[in-house]
Amino acid sequence: MMHEITFFLNEKEVTCKVKPATVLLDLIRDGFELKGTKPGCHEGECGACTVLVNDAPVNSCLFLAVNANGKRITTIEGLTNKDGSLHAVQEVLVESGAVQCGFCTSGMAMSIKAMLHQYESGHHVPGESLKNLPDREEIKKYLEGNLCRCTGYVKIIDAAEKLFAKEV
Amino acid sequence: MKPKLKVIGTSVPKQDAGMRVTGKAIYGHDIKLQGMLYGAILRTEHPSAIIESIDTSAARKLEGVYCVITADDVDVNNIGYKRDHPILKKGEANCTRDEIAAVAAETKEIAKQALKLIKVKYKVRKGIYDVHEALKEQAPQINKFISGKFSNKNIAETFHYEHGNLEEEKKKSAHIVSRKFTLPRMTHACMATSNVTASYNMLDKKLLLYSSTQVPFLYQRDMAHALKMNPSDIRVIQPIIGGGFGSKLDIHPFEPICALLSIKTGKPVQILYSREEEFIASPIRQPMEIELTAGVDKDGNFTFREINIVKDNGAYTSWGATTPFVIMQSFSSLYKLKACRFNATAVYTNNVFAGSFRGYGNPQATFALERVIDLLADKLGMDKAEIRLKNANEKGEVTGQGLHYDTCGHKECLDTVIKKSKYHSFRNSDNGTLRNTNKNESTNNGSRFKKGIGLASMLHVGGGAKIYRSDGCGTTIKIDPYGYCTIITGSNEIGQGSETVLAMMASEELGIDLKKIKVINTDTDVKPWDVGVHASRTSFVAGNSLLGAIKILKEKLNKKAGELLKSDDTAYEYENGNIYPLRNTNINESTNTENKASKLTKEIANTDSYIRNDSDFVKLDKVVREMHFTEPNELAVANFFYEPSSKFQDKDFKGNVSGSYAFAAQAIEVEVDTYTGNVKVTDIYVAQDVGKVLNPLLLGGQIEGGILQGVGYALTEELLMHEGKILNPNFHNYKMLTAADIPNIHFFPIETNDKEGPYGAKGVGEAPLIPTAAAIANAVCNALGLEVIDLPITPEKVMKALASKNTETIQTKNK
Repeated sequence: MMHEITFFLNEKEVTCKVKPATVLLDLIRDGFELKGTKPGCHEGECGACTVLVNDAPVNSCLFLAVNANGKRITTIEGLTNKDGSLHAVQEVLVESGAVQCGFCTSGMAMSIKAMLHQYESGHHVPGESLKNLPDREEIKKYLEGNLCRCTGYVKIIDAAEKLFAKEV
Repeated sequence: MKPKLKVIGTSVPKQDAGMRVTGKAIYGHDIKLQGMLYGAILRTEHPSAIIESIDTSAARKLEGVYCVITADDVDVNNIGYKRDHPILKKGEANCTRDEIAAVAAETKEIAKQALKLIKVKYKVRKGIYDVHEALKEQAPQINKFISGKFSNKNIAETFHYEHGNLEEEKKKSAHIVSRKFTLPRMTHACMATSNVTASYNMLDKKLLLYSSTQVPFLYQRDMAHALKMNPSDIRVIQPIIGGGFGSKLDIHPFEPICALLSIKTGKPVQILYSREEEFIASPIRQPMEIELTAGVDKDGNFTFREINIVKDNGAYTSWGATTPFVIMQSFSSLYKLKACRFNATAVYTNNVFAGSFRGYGNPQATFALERVIDLLADKLGMDKAEIRLKNANEKGEVTGQGLHYDTCGHKECLDTVIKKSKYHSFRNSDNGTLRNTNKNESTNNGSRFKKGIGLASMLHVGGGAKIYRSDGCGTTIKIDPYGYCTIITGSNEIGQGSETVLAMMASEELGIDLKKIKVINTDTDVKPWDVGVHASRTSFVAGNSLLGAIKILKEKLNKKAGELLKSDDTAYEYENGNIYPLRNTNINESTNTENKASKLTKEIANTDSYIRNDSDFVKLDKVVREMHFTEPNELAVANFFYEPSSKFQDKDFKGNVSGSYAFAAQAIEVEVDTYTGNVKVTDIYVAQDVGKVLNPLLLGGQIEGGILQGVGYALTEELLMHEGKILNPNFHNYKMLTAADIPNIHFFPIETNDKEGPYGAKGVGEAPLIPTAAAIANAVCNALGLEVIDLPITPEKVMKALASKNTETIQTKNK
């Protein structure tokens, strides 16, 4: 049985039919041909397929596509600025040398974007306005769900730190 | 006075990072060709079994299935370094990854479903999962494809090396230490799983492969041999590669299988590994037992080392079987050593097959050696830093194995990490108390958390490694009429940043903006020959190859520039897309042209008598156009093949195998929780002789990434096996480190400016992970005042070691 779902994919409203067991990752990659979201393990362990669902980071390989109905989904393609230039998150990753093979990078970028969003909207400490930048330890903890085999994470954390110093 | 470098030595971000960070980079997983089918492989259910029958009839009938193949359906050769590896297994299975059958179908789901319909009858055998069992006389022969070469039927390869008078040095030794180490199975765990897309054209009988191989030209040849094709009828294109680390040095059965499915169907076929398949069916770091006996004289000079290694080869032989080339190098030549005897044997078992992995045997060797050095120092009562400094390698040394250290930063690396880590104020004395508590709030005695520090250093090839007939790399360089430069290099980009470093070199030499430099490196039909990404060789070998091509190109450009500038000066500077003549202002200089030409090196060009006038230049693009359009009408193109000065080693494994040698040292601080056994690595001080820093940003990335793999090897990563089956084929149970686990890394590059290297640089890629596990183990032993012998140092092993120490203490008290 197919389910019809309507959701916002990178700010554009889309409607499609999906099987109940289809996961969001496969819908994005195979249905919408957005190949920037990477399949690293298909079992929720590596974080390479991280996308944003209503601004929160989600392993799209574990998220059933039917649950996207009515939600806002943002992929790496939607992070890039509309004029094709790099979003601040992408810019700091490039500048900081945080990209090697790059297979984890889309997921890392989306996680960092989600963290930025949380800080910008003050969700990190409910009821308190932003006072402090997230420190290095908080960044490390936040990125724990994204595996990387090339970089040793140092430059990815550097990038996030640089971003928060710029943005917040 | 040397000209100041403008681009080399600066932190240029990776040139292709933008593509990767926007999701636009095309990896193997992202390729979708028209009419493409999906391939899937049926693997054996039992690591050791007779295959009595395979029934594929039901699978063939399934709608959407285009092709099913077993060994009976194909006419192929074995693959592998020893040609002992059948692509599809016939008659017997010998390893958990063994390929029994393969299908190609319209969708991934149909392909998977078809696999379930294939019925295989097995007669299960006991199997041999221990190297010593395999070496017993009554053991059955595991691999039937090699025979007669060795004394035992289950030996895949042996290595014997020696130098010096071992018996004499034993006599001279004041202390001798002997230990046996068992090294674990570690897997590459590339973030992108293995993948290949094959497209066979039935019309011209040519095969196109989109492959993430690290060695496209060797791969092309091996693939042709496997498929009984002409290598030139196979074109290998590398999409963006999602991690290599040595895993893609060999050709693996799924690759010719995919090609066969495409050949049979005439359609493109893609095979992508699942993560579980990646854990089960990709190669691993060579597991081995190392028995090391080493001596030291009364003054602390190393005397001899005797090494016996038994490596678990698995059921088939890969390039990984040749790791003793590198292993023996560390045993024979790291620190000054008078005598060495080395034996290594690779033994077939029914375990998963071992391949090559960043470091190529060296992390294993260095672990054993650096642990034993600590033990020798203990016996002698000598400081562990002092014993290393005393025996450290030196510039100009020619080692027993014949390695020439034209430059050598060994001592400086050791010195640097000893000083920077404040090693002597931190280190615990051997009874576990601190000599000096300046650095720590509390002493280790009686506290739950015990701190320790360990040292280790390493030697690795830094200028390629001549283990194949050529260690060369070809380059074609061209400049177009608009002043853009294209570098067509034999080398590959696998994420390490080689494209960027090559573009930087061209920018430096030709004065062309980085944005105007393109690197073409992905297509065997286009690029010149190269032996591939391995042995930390790319910046060194491909860099030298590029510089050779640039030199030839500049001779052509200089000539035309001279014509246009009406100048008889033959020295020029390239900057900002312009060519500036360096006018000779010294009228007293001899006008003898021969004499003049010989003096016009770049150094001389910058002395006072040669000056550049900023308004006196010709534009580079104009020079190229004039080359094209005026006589003698030629292209601004040059080719060069660079072969390092290294030598192929003789039958005794002696000879200068690399163009230069890299050295490094690490001092690592740990904190051990004696309640849980958990080891926390707090700080890593690393000094590495990189020759010359070409790009600090990318260099840092190699160091940090390598080190974290080393920490994983030391503490958490192990592929667990039981009777040939892998017990933890997923990221949940195979513990890779995360961002939350990283220590503070303090990196100090040491520049020794090797004359063989491009701008003095040496290879850097593998070195960072080589001494890490050794230094961590030394630190843990230092913290606890006891020996932890095997990797990974899990909490369980620490608790066991602590328990046995307590038992010993109790027993001693009772006596």
